[in-house]
Amino acid sequence: MNGTVLGNVESIRYFLPEIVLVGTILAVIAFELLAGRGRAPEPPTAIGRRSPVCDGTLAIGLLGVAGSLAALLSLGYEGPLLLFEGAIAWDPFSIFFRWFFLAVAAAVLLIAHPYRPLVCLHYGEFVSLVVGTAFGMMLLASSTNLLLVYLALEMVSLPSYILAGFLRGDRKSSEAALKYAVYGAAASGAMLYGFSFLYGMTGSIHFFEMREAIASGGIPVVHLLVPIVLVLAGFGYKIAAVPFHMWAPDVYEGSATPITAFFSVGPKAAGLAVLIRFFHSVFAAGGEASLRVIGSVDWTLLLAILSAITMTLGNLAAIGQDNLKRMLAYSSIAHAGTMLMGAVVLGGSGVHAILFYLVVYAFMNLGAFLVVIAISIDKRRETIADFRGLGWRMPFLGVSMTVFLLSLTGVPPTAGFVAKFAILRALIEEEIYWLAVIGVLNTVVSLYYYARVIKAMFLDAPDPTEPALPSLSRIHLALLALFLVPTILLGFRFGVLDAIAAASRFLVVGS
Amino acid sequence: MDILTWITFSPLLFIPILLLLPENRKNAIRWTAAAGTAVPLALAVYLYGAFDRTLAGINEPGSFQFVVRNPWIESFSIEYYMGIDGLSVTMVLLTALLSFLCIFASFGIDRGLRGYFSLFLLLEVGMMGVFCALDFFLFYLFWEIMLLPMYFLIGVWGGPRKVYAAIKFFLYTLFGSVLMLLCILALYFKGGHTFDMVRLMNGAVESGSIGLFGTALGFGKAIFIGLFIGFAIKVPIFPFHTWLPDAHVEAPTPISVILAGVLLKMGTYGMLRISYPILPEATRWFAPALATFALVNIVYGALCAMAQKDLKKLIAYSSISHMGFVLLGMSSGTVQGMNGAVLQMFNHGTITAMLFLLVGVIYDRAHHREIEGFGGLAGRTPIYATFSALAFFAAIGLPGLSGFISEALVLIGGFRAFPALTILCASGIVLGAAYMLWTYQRIFLGPLNEKYSALPEIDGREIFTLAPLAALAVLLGFYPHPILGMMQSSMSHLVRAVWG
Repeated sequence: MNGTVLGNVESIRYFLPEIVLVGTILAVIAFELLAGRGRAPEPPTAIGRRSPVCDGTLAIGLLGVAGSLAALLSLGYEGPLLLFEGAIAWDPFSIFFRWFFLAVAAAVLLIAHPYRPLVCLHYGEFVSLVVGTAFGMMLLASSTNLLLVYLALEMVSLPSYILAGFLRGDRKSSEAALKYAVYGAAASGAMLYGFSFLYGMTGSIHFFEMREAIASGGIPVVHLLVPIVLVLAGFGYKIAAVPFHMWAPDVYEGSATPITAFFSVGPKAAGLAVLIRFFHSVFAAGGEASLRVIGSVDWTLLLAILSAITMTLGNLAAIGQDNLKRMLAYSSIAHAGTMLMGAVVLGGSGVHAILFYLVVYAFMNLGAFLVVIAISIDKRRETIADFRGLGWRMPFLGVSMTVFLLSLTGVPPTAGFVAKFAILRALIEEEIYWLAVIGVLNTVVSLYYYARVIKAMFLDAPDPTEPALPSLSRIHLALLALFLVPTILLGFRFGVLDAIAAASRFLVVGS
Repeated sequence: MDILTWITFSPLLFIPILLLLPENRKNAIRWTAAAGTAVPLALAVYLYGAFDRTLAGINEPGSFQFVVRNPWIESFSIEYYMGIDGLSVTMVLLTALLSFLCIFASFGIDRGLRGYFSLFLLLEVGMMGVFCALDFFLFYLFWEIMLLPMYFLIGVWGGPRKVYAAIKFFLYTLFGSVLMLLCILALYFKGGHTFDMVRLMNGAVESGSIGLFGTALGFGKAIFIGLFIGFAIKVPIFPFHTWLPDAHVEAPTPISVILAGVLLKMGTYGMLRISYPILPEATRWFAPALATFALVNIVYGALCAMAQKDLKKLIAYSSISHMGFVLLGMSSGTVQGMNGAVLQMFNHGTITAMLFLLVGVIYDRAHHREIEGFGGLAGRTPIYATFSALAFFAAIGLPGLSGFISEALVLIGGFRAFPALTILCASGIVLGAAYMLWTYQRIFLGPLNEKYSALPEIDGREIFTLAPLAALAVLLGFYPHPILGMMQSSMSHLVRAVWG
């Protein structure tokens, strides 16, 4: 669909959600400076006590996110626009992601609130970094311009590095931050190098002008292949697609668990969004129904191979993990591969399936992390052995975790099954059978390691010497229900979400 | 009243009651669960009376009975579409009966009762649903819903190697069902965006071909093979059978009964319900291979059974052998063979259920199942020995008992299609007689093993679970019409639909 280009001044109105977020960041920082003046920062050992300053910063952060959502809602939707002279898309696809990132940011702020290792440890900074990352992700999902893609990607990455290292006394956390930063620098460098090739060959940094140049032909295979691979390295790093995934297990394990949960959903979705937008609007042309690859490189095949390797390696590596956060890291790599399968399918059905999958994935993955967080509030309980007998000691947590894990596996009647089904449906419709077969075989592999956790929770007896687990805080209980209900319900009644995903699949592809 | 919805979902209504009861009120929990399975049983009895035996079903949408049809998820064209014909009604009856009896066989379970019975009722929902569903998506949901309760029932309440057996079962069946899922999707697009099985049967979907990893195969054949693997794992057909001995042996007695009595039938039911009428051309192409699989199952299963020292494992392997007869009947393409196959599904369900219940009885008392560890029990426990004799002879296929009729029908049908192969298959009956009689002799005859001179006789509850099955074995041995009559018009219609 074609969009109307708006000038800089007219565009500001549509940029209001992002502006509110930026304002929130400043407000949080200012509030903490002013309200916290004169108080010594509370040491991390003072667990469980929450100061009014903490609650205040959280409230401001949440209010900001809510304000941004309200701004988004008030703008409505009148048709695709291209803001700021064609740099930022205002189309159903980007609006979907604006909603998605705001919701994820709010969820993460709430999840983190009762998590003692984070509380009062420069809490304002934590809030502003999460909100800042959300801002970057919103920008990334809507950029239609190479320069802005790069800036937005850095806007996601830089706060992420700090978030990864947020537990300052913790060696693993510091290691995570360093690894994340080094890998991130390499990946974005590679991507930038790829961009420079593309600019050199097409003479533009605007997606649609680049497409015109590529469609007119004449660019040799190698000259396109090199930048495509380099750009994939940049996006693949954000998505944690194999072979650009090496950072993920260490970063996921080292970061504070709420932050890990954030990484596994937010930046991953942002990476997917930019990947879809970039490839579907630069290297593909034609209408909604007849989208086809242009240029001399069949990047869909490249993506198909990438997704097959990502799923398979992610799942195989997850089998051997005893640390649940590492296992969920590998599992999230595998899920990235599953979603990439959808990106192989051109035309609306693939994007439609990915959007559906993302929402379901957010519920079930955040849910699984939430259970890990809920039981490790007072001390780290992150290995499978720590889950032994959980199902008998805390039945609600155990049953919820089982539902989340089965949903992650893709076993009916859970939302995860329907999501996987949607992706497979898109593949089979395009008759890409080989990838579908690899996809479903991976489901079987993934069952093996998810079932290990279920086994530990229900089939193993609890360790009688183990002290009582912390009781569930009210915020966590509410959030758990919030994640659990859709994870079950969307397994039966997914018509509404399907309609939302269907309506949101449209990208602006020209002006 | 849409009776199929009630027969499928009514056990679900009892789960909240179970969960609300305090764990120490064991009898209340048990009887609530019994009530949960009594409702479907009562409805099944009603179905038995109300079922019109002249209507064929299979691929005629108009002649399915008790049809419920509502749109469900319209953007995926998924419907809530249930209905039964002569093929499914027998399985519905079997499921309702065995589930009810197994609740009573589960009265000995004494830990985690609420969880156990809740999962059991959930399992029954899945089983009933599979046999009633006519929408492919719905069928798949029910098919998969069973995996989870089964995993926990084996894994939590099973024997020493329960964890291994449970995950093996889960992985094997999931492997089979994901392939089925792809086939469902391929059929969906081929059949013009529909999950309606009956419409697919009339849609001539077999043309075209599928290319996969550099090989090309006719569309119908490729889909048939994909579905076949999924179903073969459930049956199980050699070489996909290795989960079965583990799962059957480690599962608690009532769950072994359900596994052997109902779950195995889902494989053959799936082929008859889905693969046969939707892909008739591929079915004819595959029939000789299926007959060969049947032979391997019969002989291999019997030989393995003969070598077992553990009584439960012996019966597990004998199931593989007896399911081979179902396959032989299905491959024959004759009315006798097909009728025999479905009747054998029913009879094997009741007879094997009896055998597993009998193993459970002795295991509860002696705490082991070594065949060699007994001897002379007939004098000590005559009622138990009588029930065992009846079950063993029914399993052998002694004339006058139910197993004979179905195996004879299968062999008659099979002989017309594959004479030489059927003669080899008949050797399975001889082998069956050999291992069964030898086993009976070692356990019940000879001098009494002094260790068991005080072995208590079978009690009233156990007799209650066995007697209906024994009565069926005798009744259907003389007069198979009550079951055979229900399926006949459907099965002849199916033979006409596939073989013309």
